[in-house]
Amino acid sequence: MSDVKYSKEHEWLKLDGDIATIGITKHATEMLGDIVFAELPEKGSTVEKDGTAGVVESTKAASDVYTPISGEVIDTNQSIVEDPSKINADPEGEAWFFKLKIKDVKELDTLMNKDEYDKFAKESSQ
Amino acid sequence: MIKKTSLYNLHKKHNARLVEFAGYEMPIQYKDGIIQEHKFTRSNCGIFDVSHMGQLFIYGKENLTKDLENIFPIDLKKLNLNQSKYSFLMDENACIYDDLIITKILEGYLIILNAACKEDDLRIIKNKLNNKYDLQLKDDLSLIALQGPEAKNILEKKVEGVSKLKFMNGGNFKFSDINIFITRSGYTGEDGFEISIKNNYAEKFVEEMLSNGSKMIGLGARDTLRMEAGLCLYGNDIDKNTTPIEANLKWAISKNRIDTDYPGSKIIKKQIQSGVEKIRVGIKPENRVIARGNTKIFSNDDKEIGKITSGTFGPSVDHSIAMGYVNNQYSNLNTKLFLEVRGKKIPAHVCNLPFYKKNYVKGEINV
Repeated sequence: MSDVKYSKEHEWLKLDGDIATIGITKHATEMLGDIVFAELPEKGSTVEKDGTAGVVESTKAASDVYTPISGEVIDTNQSIVEDPSKINADPEGEAWFFKLKIKDVKELDTLMNKDEYDKFAKESSQ
Repeated sequence: MIKKTSLYNLHKKHNARLVEFAGYEMPIQYKDGIIQEHKFTRSNCGIFDVSHMGQLFIYGKENLTKDLENIFPIDLKKLNLNQSKYSFLMDENACIYDDLIITKILEGYLIILNAACKEDDLRIIKNKLNNKYDLQLKDDLSLIALQGPEAKNILEKKVEGVSKLKFMNGGNFKFSDINIFITRSGYTGEDGFEISIKNNYAEKFVEEMLSNGSKMIGLGARDTLRMEAGLCLYGNDIDKNTTPIEANLKWAISKNRIDTDYPGSKIIKKQIQSGVEKIRVGIKPENRVIARGNTKIFSNDDKEIGKITSGTFGPSVDHSIAMGYVNNQYSNLNTKLFLEVRGKKIPAHVCNLPFYKKNYVKGEINV
């Protein structure tokens, strides 16, 4: 799992060459509660690191989804738009949000590895 | 300081996520989450801690009914012993200080008030009654709601006779060695009961209901349940800027009180006769987007015509649902509207309330 990185906004990013698959973490879904709506970025659009790249809504509130790195959106997961409950069921697997063609690999250095993220998530929920 | 109800330890034990609500530390949800809790209530029996709500007892003999009729727009004289009615506390402009349930009890009345309003309500009511009566806002009593189709069976096992109560009627019952007061009422669109019980017995009572198959339900599901049932939440859908007529709650004003005197009576009469400028309607967005409170509403020709006051996802109707106020001319059923969410105009339409109508199980219809 060494190729998975995490942001402070509770997104995960999985690397495959110069393509990154991005979603929200299990910890994020636990904080949000039942997700009932998801909005994804447009395929073909470009997104900037830490910029908004989607929205999720739980029964309680709406939350922005941020992109941990910059790039061009090459694919989006429409199955989570059709059935947002998938995000709660398998947030770090089947329920990925979008895929990016990475613009600048150096941006990856700002992200956390799993241990760092777990520690961060634990501290931030206290 | 943040207050705790008598069930606080029980909430903790059931892994509640606690939030501050109206000055109390209250459970927003437990470990199953809002959607499961919502569905469990619709199919089985949910337990809600609503002890934060005010239980105001007013005792007095002569003239109490008459004096209360000068405050509330209902026909209290016709209220039978232990019968309940929904009503409002209003100002002279018919704007709503609070919505409430008033029940005739022996030698007085019990009024259930919203948690955030109860202290102000007490002051207002006391003042209007010229301090003539004995008013007690009880904090030694808890209030527990049991809601759902199985509520009557689960409660009957421990409180004999309770299933004979009619809707919006109550009575005194025994639990263990103490008296409890129960009304058949609720805020979910389901059959159910609200139980007023001494604080030091509340936990024991809830434990018994849990062991008979009900589950703890948080305020999150309480909100989605009441939204589906088309019920107003004070502070969102009704407040000091709305009247009962604007809120489409005319049914709660007793017919034979329309021509009589109470705070706001002139405005209510005028609004009934000549209509209102804005009115509360049910609204269904045409996709899954949730339009929350304060979302702007636009007409088909792009005029701003109102605001959403509550919006959520309805787990039982499996749809985004909302309610809000629109200019009266746009309030007809199926009127096309647009809701501005995150800069986009989402198509929606005016729909009937409630969103969810109870489907009684087969066999029960003929009983």
